[in-house]
Amino acid sequence: MAYTISRHYLAAAAAGCALALSFAASAQAEVKLAFLVDNAPATVKAAEALAAAFHARNPDITIEVEARAAGGEGDNIVKTRLATGEMTDVFMYNAGSLFHALNPQQNMLDLTDEPYQSDIMDTFKAVVSENDRIYGAPFQTAMGGGVLYNRKIYAELGLEVPKTWAEFMKNNEAIKAKGGVAPVIQTFRDTWTSQLFVLGDFYNVLQAVPDFPEKYTANQIKYATTPAALRGFEHQAEVFNAGYLNEDFGSASYDDGLRMVSKGEGAHYPMLTFAIGNLFENYRDDIDNVGFFALPGDDAATNGLTAWMANGIYGYAQTEYPDEVKKFIAFVAGKEGCDTQTEAVGAIGPYMTKSCTLPDDVPPATKDLVAYFAEGGRNAPALEFLSPVKGPALEQITVEIGSGIRSPLDGAKLYDEDVRKQALQLGLPGWE
Amino acid sequence: MTTHGKKGLRRRFAAAYPSWFYLPAAVIFGVLFLFPTFASLFFSLTRWTLFQYSFIGLANFRQFFSEPFLVWGLVNTLIYAVVTSGSKVVLGMLLGILLTSNVMARGLLRAVVFFPVLVSTIGVGITFTMLMHPTNGLINDVIAAFGLKGPAWLTDPRFALLSVAFVDVWKGVGLATVIYIAGIVSIPAEYYEAAKMDGANALQRFWNVTLPLARPATVTVIILSLIGGLRSFDLIWAMTKGGPGFTTDVVASVIYKQYQAGFYGLSTTGNVVLFVLVAAIVVPLSFVLNRKEVEA
Repeated sequence: MAYTISRHYLAAAAAGCALALSFAASAQAEVKLAFLVDNAPATVKAAEALAAAFHARNPDITIEVEARAAGGEGDNIVKTRLATGEMTDVFMYNAGSLFHALNPQQNMLDLTDEPYQSDIMDTFKAVVSENDRIYGAPFQTAMGGGVLYNRKIYAELGLEVPKTWAEFMKNNEAIKAKGGVAPVIQTFRDTWTSQLFVLGDFYNVLQAVPDFPEKYTANQIKYATTPAALRGFEHQAEVFNAGYLNEDFGSASYDDGLRMVSKGEGAHYPMLTFAIGNLFENYRDDIDNVGFFALPGDDAATNGLTAWMANGIYGYAQTEYPDEVKKFIAFVAGKEGCDTQTEAVGAIGPYMTKSCTLPDDVPPATKDLVAYFAEGGRNAPALEFLSPVKGPALEQITVEIGSGIRSPLDGAKLYDEDVRKQALQLGLPGWE
Repeated sequence: MTTHGKKGLRRRFAAAYPSWFYLPAAVIFGVLFLFPTFASLFFSLTRWTLFQYSFIGLANFRQFFSEPFLVWGLVNTLIYAVVTSGSKVVLGMLLGILLTSNVMARGLLRAVVFFPVLVSTIGVGITFTMLMHPTNGLINDVIAAFGLKGPAWLTDPRFALLSVAFVDVWKGVGLATVIYIAGIVSIPAEYYEAAKMDGANALQRFWNVTLPLARPATVTVIILSLIGGLRSFDLIWAMTKGGPGFTTDVVASVIYKQYQAGFYGLSTTGNVVLFVLVAAIVVPLSFVLNRKEVEA
């Protein structure tokens, strides 16, 4: 049995703040909307550019960008603010499994009947919908999970982009033999960066086991007992055991990783391609040194990319200004919104709006990424867009495997245990 | 008649202020302490998403105790609490003796020892994370100057927890020292003179005069630092976030990560468990330590 807690009680509990906020809001003559985004520099910059461009076209509406922590800490802030009735009018959040955990039908504005929806790709609409109603529009671009690599090192050693895991390891061996450069960069100070070997390998899992997501959601298949799914965990251990990692892998941060791969201190950095935006921001002079390829699997013939959808932009159900909020979201999702973002943070990846295009002079990594989405390219969505089951401890587990503390099989078993809690919390059938 | 008598007795004791005078404090206590305590007891028995909850009995407790990282967390919590508390007692006592002697610039030195207590824990954590960086941290640079290679203090599972405990001691020993200074200063000088007359050497005077008579200070330091150690979180989170992997997880960081993951019922259960754990260790300990003091 589930009981719904009245929002009014929660609101009453936070009465002081809520009152103060509503007084402040009602005192304004022109409309002011708050827009909550994560604090990645590229995100904030894109959001601020959108806010400025929108205000220039609609002088009576001002958008104030508010930044929050990213990752687990950010999930917490978003959930708590929704639960206490203090969410901003507009907010950015993941699509897919994390989106479903926010209880969209209760918390978000219904955007199903907005005119721009026909211009949005169906693959995106699918991951921001619940019960056939659409609650989000795309913000930022689609991403790939794979390997950022240093093209200079590849050119110097005459290496080719690997299509299989064996080729990848051979390249690593050649880079190690040359010396002075870390073949594989890992940055466990920011634990989330450790998950790519597992999460970015999902395209390959799907090639071997096409019905993995459905069975996984229904508690009928496990990482530890599915060889294709276990492979990602094994790969992570292999690069550690072969001594391919940068010396400070345990203490290096995400930003260190970007510096290393762009300046040639390391050759491969498994990462999501939204990092191109941070490269554009912090290492623009070296961005042309960085290319991208999908995490290779066992078979060169089926080589393809694990793709992440764009983030969503959502309207808060209890906003005082639903019309203005919808107007802003329409702007962000439309062609003008895409162009504003490209101008602010560079061309990071393909937009989910059909009428949006990328300029010709995109960074090489973006060009490599877009090829996987173009005609003849192969890609599949990451598991988090096909199944709501995602365990919170994966990043700690992959850090342990990647530091040689835990064996891959042991780690996969632990992760299978970890996802159970999430499944129970979501009330999925087949897990009790 | 008897009830009347009792009432009269109670009134005589309680009548220092009229009842309404207690009301503000009682309301604050009820709203901010009593209500949350009982609410958390209730929510520890539910699966709770903040938007809705369902009653699941003791399932959260079963889940919490079967967490694979929890056993680690418990062991680490105990190691951390005992190591930091023990070090603070020993170092605090030694520093207390030094700083009650006629050492030069005594006031300044006392201030210097106390200074880390005043600095923000997160700031201290971030600073030491930089100092302990394996390849470009100051500590390993110094070790390298002697031709040795320092370990990865915070990312090698063998050292990580003790490295954090070391920083905790550095930051907290000032408070222990101040408590010891107060305890030692209050020991009458006659005892030392008498001991000297009897021919006791320095070590004997310490063992037979200072140590037993500074017992109240020791009890205070042990209790305070043990409670602090058992519920320690901020420093560990700032320095290792429980990592690498789960190797420096303590009970509080396990709870925090569950909260972060959105398992609100489960993390509330964790807090109830932590509350019981701290009470189960500290209440008997304080009872034993205080009783011995009376006997002595």
